[in-house]
Order: sequence, then C-alpha cells, then structure tokens
Amino acid sequence: MIQLDRVSKRYPIPGGGGKDALRQVSLHLPAGELTFLTGHSGAGKSTLLKLIMMIERPTAGEIIVDGLPLNRIGSGGIPLLRRKIGMVHQNHQLLFDRSVYDNVALPLIIAGFPRADIGKRVRAALDKVGLLDKEKLNPVMLSGGEQQRIGIARAVVNKPPLLLADEPTGNLDPALSAEIMDLFQDFARVGVAVLIATHDLSLIARYQHRLLSLREGRLIADRGEDIHGA
Amino acid sequence: MARNATPLKPRRQAPPPPKPRAGARAARSAWHHRFEAWRLHHRDSAVDALRRMRATPTATAMTVLVIAIALALPAGITVLLENARAATQGWDGNAHLSVFLKRDIDSSRQQALAGAWGARADVERVQVVTREQALAEFRELSGFGEVLDALPDNPLPPLVMVFPRDTTPGALETLQKQLGEAREVDLVQLDVQWVKRLHAMLELAGRIVGALTLALALAVVLVVVNTIRLAIESRREEIVVVKIVGGTDGFVRRPFLYTGFWYGLAGGLVAVLLVQIALLWIGSPVDQLTALYESEYSLIGMGWINAVVLPLFAGLLGLMGAWLAVSRHLQDVDPHLL
Repeated sequence: MIQLDRVSKRYPIPGGGGKDALRQVSLHLPAGELTFLTGHSGAGKSTLLKLIMMIERPTAGEIIVDGLPLNRIGSGGIPLLRRKIGMVHQNHQLLFDRSVYDNVALPLIIAGFPRADIGKRVRAALDKVGLLDKEKLNPVMLSGGEQQRIGIARAVVNKPPLLLADEPTGNLDPALSAEIMDLFQDFARVGVAVLIATHDLSLIARYQHRLLSLREGRLIADRGEDIHGA
Repeated sequence: MARNATPLKPRRQAPPPPKPRAGARAARSAWHHRFEAWRLHHRDSAVDALRRMRATPTATAMTVLVIAIALALPAGITVLLENARAATQGWDGNAHLSVFLKRDIDSSRQQALAGAWGARADVERVQVVTREQALAEFRELSGFGEVLDALPDNPLPPLVMVFPRDTTPGALETLQKQLGEAREVDLVQLDVQWVKRLHAMLELAGRIVGALTLALALAVVLVVVNTIRLAIESRREEIVVVKIVGGTDGFVRRPFLYTGFWYGLAGGLVAVLLVQIALLWIGSPVDQLTALYESEYSLIGMGWINAVVLPLFAGLLGLMGAWLAVSRHLQDVDPHLL
C-alpha cells in the first residue's frame, strides 16, 4: 500500500545549510496491517506523514502510495491522492462552525459523492465510532475522546485504503486510548493499511503490532520484521 | 509491493470480505454524479457566501456602501453628462444666422430680403421676425413690459433668421460674410462658437469621467481584494482541513469567488439606488431651470439597461477582486503549517 525507497527530506535552514529530517528511509506497509511509527519528537515522524500526504515533497527517493508514484503527481493530482488517505490528527482538526454530521460529510462532499449516498455513509461512519446520536451537535460540545472519534469517522467515511494517525491518543486517558486503538485495529482487519505515529510507549507495548522506530531521520528498528521472522 | 506496470491505475487492495462493494460504488460515481456534485457545490457556495455576509451585517454593509459610493460617483456624473449632451444635441443641428437689419428697414423690404435669401441654393429656409413680433416676444419673456411701454418707440431691429443647408463652420462663416455685405444689414450673428466650446468641454468632461471610472473601478477591486483577504484569514483552519481531506483548489476558491461577486453585485445595486435618488433630488430644480430657458427638457434617468448592467459589471469587478485575493493568499494557507 505504501512503499518508500531511500527517501530523504532535507529542510533548508535560512542562512545556509539544512536539517535532515529523514535520511534514506525505505519501508513497505502492506494493506490490512497496522503499524506503529515511533521516535522522539523531531525524529521525523511528522515529516514521514507529510511526505505520504504530499504536504511536503521528498528531497530524494521515491514514494509509492496505492500504486501511485508520488513524484509523478503534479499539484493538480494531490487532492485525488489525499482522498485515498484518511488522516487523524492529534488536535482533531474539526471545524467548530458546523455540526458533527457536516464535519464527517466534508470529505464526501469534496469527493463529489451523490447527496443520497452521503447521509448513509456519514451515519455508517458515525455508527462505527459510536456517535450516531451526536450527529446534530456541534463538536465543541463533545469531550476530547468524542472529538477524536469524530476525526476518525471523518478520516474513514470515504473508505480510504490508507489511514494515517498522528498521535491519535495524545490527549486521551488509557481507557479512551484503548477504544481508539480498537477502532484502528478494526480498520486494519478489513484491509486498510493503518500507520499510527506515536511516542506513547505503553500503547505500543500493549499491542503486538509492527513497530517502526525513527531516530534523527533514520529508520533504526522494524519490530514487525523481527516478529514475522523476516 | 511490486512496482506496478501501470502505476496510474491504483491496484485494488486484497478484497476485504465485509465491504467489497465500497470500491465498486465509488468507481460507479458516474460523470453525471460528478456534475451534480459540482453544481450543488456551486449552489452551496453561493448560498453559504450570502449567509456569511448576512451573519456580519455591519461589516458587510460598510463594504457594500464603499463599493456603492465608488460606483455611484462615476455613474451619476455619466448620467449628468448624458443629460448635458442630450440637452445640447439640437443646438448645432439648428445652427442658424441671425441677420439683424437696420432699424429703418420696413417690413415689406424685410420680406423681400428674406425671400431673396430664402431662394439661395445654400439656404434651406428663412424665418422673418418683424419688429412688432420681436417686441411682443420680448415683452412676454423678459417681464420688462412696463419698461418697454415707457420707451418712446420700439428699440428692436427687424430680424431674419437664415437656416443654411450646410452647417459646417466654414460654410457658415462664408454665408455670414456674404449676407453681411448687403446694405440693409446691420449685423449677422453666428451663434455656433459657444456651442462648439460647450461640446469640447463635454468631451473633456467625458474623458475625465472615463479616467475617474477606471480609478474607482480599481478601488472597488481593491476593496474586494482586501475583504476577501480578511475572509481567507478568518477561515484559515477550514481551508487547511479542506485541503487535507482532498479538496481541490477550485473547491477552496469557490465560496470566496461567490463572496466577491455578491459584494460587487450588492454594491452595484446600491449604486443604482443612490444615482436614482440623486436624480430625484435634482429633478425638480432642473425642471424649474429648463422652464426658465423655455425648454421642454427634462432629466434622463439611468435607463433600465444601465440599471441592470451596472450591478452586473460591479459583480464582475467583485469576482475579479476575489480572484486576485484568492490566487495571491490561498497559497499562504497550506497544510505545511499544521
């Protein structure tokens, strides 16, 4: 689903030089697998997610998402790529000027789904995260855990083959984190490639999933390959 | 993942048993669905833009008024100029020579001269104004009746008005010279010079209004640019989210373009209103004034075509301003900043 081949990202520093956010990272995330991505802040987690989302472009190397080599996608193709990727943010990135329903419906409206379809899909997604009865509320009236679940509903409402999450449990207590993780595992089970960037080590320890560790931009460990004996 | 031979065609993932229909459904999202979605988004953007404008009535009213005043100024002056042109239209088509005869010429001699001039090839017609007619007319119009009664005799000379066929300045001057040579003629007056000056002045005023219109149209565009820039600024988060979930630039742009268009259109409509109110305001003094000049002239309004064209033109200016603002400032709002 995602393939990185010797990907590097260097941010120029004003006044000369540059900072290497990622160095020669190669990895492969298959469909239907949940993978943790960890590392200290500044290790390159966010940069990796941004490269996959084409928020940034790599300095070197090749990224292939769902069969699409990203370096062949022009700026006009970026929206279409992003419609294949559900993104869950630590701070939810919800819009507080509209209802829960409208927040979740946004990707469908953008992708041009028929209106009749939108209602069904939004309710299915809200049902999945257990917030079907909150669709008319404004997200500001909901708790942090509920807001995060709305963010997840929005990320998966158009059934993307790929789900990225940036510190999805960052602000949540362990019980809520477990709920969120259950959701992610469900999506992986139905064939979605799930990549969760987190530095929550207890969360990682609790689940036996593949683990990628970044340090100073390098991939230093890939627990999944150890576990599967690759 | 093996390198795909046809990389642009996304490989269908291994079919997950529970929801196999999802992909197929999305693929069947046919063109007419896309068109329908596009049309609906236009409608929603237009309505949403209006709703947002209504949500901040004071700010909206101020912007609309600025646009309206900027447009009403050149539009109003243009209407006044059109009126000045229309009022003076007949004047030079009606150019004639007033031939004043010596006061001792009697009316039969006046008729004979008029007949002779009327027969000339370069004269279309003549009109005789006897001393008595002139006196009666003067008495009626000037209000100096009693003063005239006090005079021992009629001070006015006999007059023949000569209407030439050719009203070009050169021909008029030739005719003026020839008629002036007659012994009976006291004075040949040619009243076209000031008409020419007036027209030159109107022409100049027209040019100035043209420049003013251009400058104020630019001002309208800039007002909209600034308004839209602020709107983009205040909806930063929303734009970032829309881009992250796959919104195209067109999708992001659309509500702002509609906002600009609505501002322009509303400003244009208010401008029409302002001009009409101003015309009503000066209408009755103008009627009094033209009555004093013994004219039937009354003000021409904007005309309904202009009343439609001006708001549409203003809407276009608004659209242009919004486009400029959006293409300049939308790049600044990027998911980089997440």
